[in-house]
Amino acid sequence: MKAKRSKLIYNLVTFGVVIAAFVIMTIMINNKTISRSLKGQLIPICSWIMMAVSLNLVVGISGELSLGHAGFMSLGAFTGIVVSGWLLNGFQMEDPTLRLVLALVAGGVVAGVAGVLIGIPVLRLRGDYLAIVTLAFGEIIKNVMNCIYVSVDGTGLRFGFLNNTIPGIILLNGPNGAKGVKTISTFTAGFVLVLITLVVVLNLVNSRAGRAIQATRDNRIAAESMGVPVTRYKMMAFVTAAVIAGMAGVLYGLNMATLVPTKFSFNESINVLVFVVMGGIGNVLGSVISATALTILPEKLRFLQNYRMLIYAVVLILVMVLGNNPTLKSWFRSLFGRFRGGRSARENGTEEVIGRE
Amino acid sequence: MSEVKKRHSDTRMVPYPSQAIVPERDLNRQPVLETRHLGIEFGGLKAVDDFNMIIGRTEIAGLIGPNGAGKTTVFNLLTKVYEPTTGTVLINGRDTKGLSIVQTAHLGVARTFQNIRLFSQMSVEENVRIGLHNQIKYSMLSGVLRLPSYWKQERRQHEEAMELLSIFDMQDLADVRAGSLPYGAQRRLEILRALATNPSLLLLDEPAAGMNPHETEELMENIAKIRDRFQIAILLIEHDMSLVMGVCEGICVLNFGRIIAKGTADEIQRNPVVIEAYLGKRKEG
Repeated sequence: MKAKRSKLIYNLVTFGVVIAAFVIMTIMINNKTISRSLKGQLIPICSWIMMAVSLNLVVGISGELSLGHAGFMSLGAFTGIVVSGWLLNGFQMEDPTLRLVLALVAGGVVAGVAGVLIGIPVLRLRGDYLAIVTLAFGEIIKNVMNCIYVSVDGTGLRFGFLNNTIPGIILLNGPNGAKGVKTISTFTAGFVLVLITLVVVLNLVNSRAGRAIQATRDNRIAAESMGVPVTRYKMMAFVTAAVIAGMAGVLYGLNMATLVPTKFSFNESINVLVFVVMGGIGNVLGSVISATALTILPEKLRFLQNYRMLIYAVVLILVMVLGNNPTLKSWFRSLFGRFRGGRSARENGTEEVIGRE
Repeated sequence: MSEVKKRHSDTRMVPYPSQAIVPERDLNRQPVLETRHLGIEFGGLKAVDDFNMIIGRTEIAGLIGPNGAGKTTVFNLLTKVYEPTTGTVLINGRDTKGLSIVQTAHLGVARTFQNIRLFSQMSVEENVRIGLHNQIKYSMLSGVLRLPSYWKQERRQHEEAMELLSIFDMQDLADVRAGSLPYGAQRRLEILRALATNPSLLLLDEPAAGMNPHETEELMENIAKIRDRFQIAILLIEHDMSLVMGVCEGICVLNFGRIIAKGTADEIQRNPVVIEAYLGKRKEG
């Protein structure tokens, strides 16, 4: 019962933090006390939180190192842009909320289908091999998006590959990406999506399916011997994460007036992984906080100009080293001990995830 | 009954003595496990060769033999961690050829591991709940949306898990992380997790390893208790002879991957082949 209560407290704190942040930000926006740069970052922060939490589902809960998570975000973003542009130009659908919702659904579905297709070969592999193959898939998606041309012609969509020979209003222009996108993402939508993400992930973790996923992570052979269909549950985690990442992509894409496919490179996948590792592998609240902090940090360091990324790297190293200092850790635990429910595997670090059989 | 005897008379590879070890009460029922000429080769090395065994519905059987005799390999063949190169394994009369570990588990085989394989990051109760995975079900969707079936089945799982934990008086440990349990408790938890899958055959790989004599004695009583309560068959690998001789109705001795003797505890203890291969060596050491 004690464990159940601490889990409940952990979940409540997670939701509480997010809701409080939303309320404060909304008040600041209404008071106009918010800085311009922070206001511009609110929606990206929401999508990076979704990315971090969904990757945590794969890396922390399911225990598979995935290095191609930005690929799903890319698919979601460009699907969202195409669907939104198609509805606007083809069907004169002016209502931005409806367009956003439809774009989110489409982005989630496309990323989910890609998750299934990629999951079939990838989830046969283990450990480092799986990591390398997901990396390759992330790059494949980036390069394919680089070659796709999409336009609206009447009410239909036209697709081109490699060469731009299609008539109509161009939505995606190959390596030049999307330009003049109507930005219809709102902070409220981002907030709702983050909440949905948290509900899905936290509820999944504390359910029959979630336990099966974690059992597979802890000991694959034992889970199989207990009659748990391991591949099915790995797939479940992977595809759920892909769908969330796709929606995060839609939110992100429809917040940018221009977006190029190379934006979602290997670097972004690693960035999201940094959020996850920094927040604590398996710790959802940690992912939320670190995604927020590490999205704001580089902007706040802008005054350092050329030294910006250097300082960012140094901060990362310091946090990782200090965060693994036993004295400091026990001090933190005595401070926040009660809120650390769930099964945050922070102590294990990355090595163990990579080294797992 | 004659059927069973006939099968054993086929087993020519067993030199001495080779009578059925299936207890009287199970003779007219379909055996829970039957292996015929089971064998596996690893690159030319016959780790297990011509392994024939029948286990009755409610029998407690022991599999003993010197280190490296192939006992755990037999377990891995029975649970399909390895696909046998020769022979067949019948579980409840069903051939397991081509079945996966998961499918074999669904047929009613549950096991523990020599090197404990608990879900160490998860709590004791959650470990047992994984065992209940196929017993008490609800869909992923009702889990995520917290539909009524979630609450109902979660409560059932909790009650069932607690009842299983009460077998070894472990209810108080329900919320402890499995990896932080003492060694003996980890072994007991593995047995409970296996029991939760509602098996008809329970395979215990060195259940008493690392336990003190007192704990071993308790375990011995509990193994008999589990069999009586759940009416299942238990096959155990063990080096602790007091446990094997005390609880097993039939014993099978393995050496260099081959069965060298089968029989009751008394017969095995008197068997010169066994003494030479196994017990004799122990006395020297």
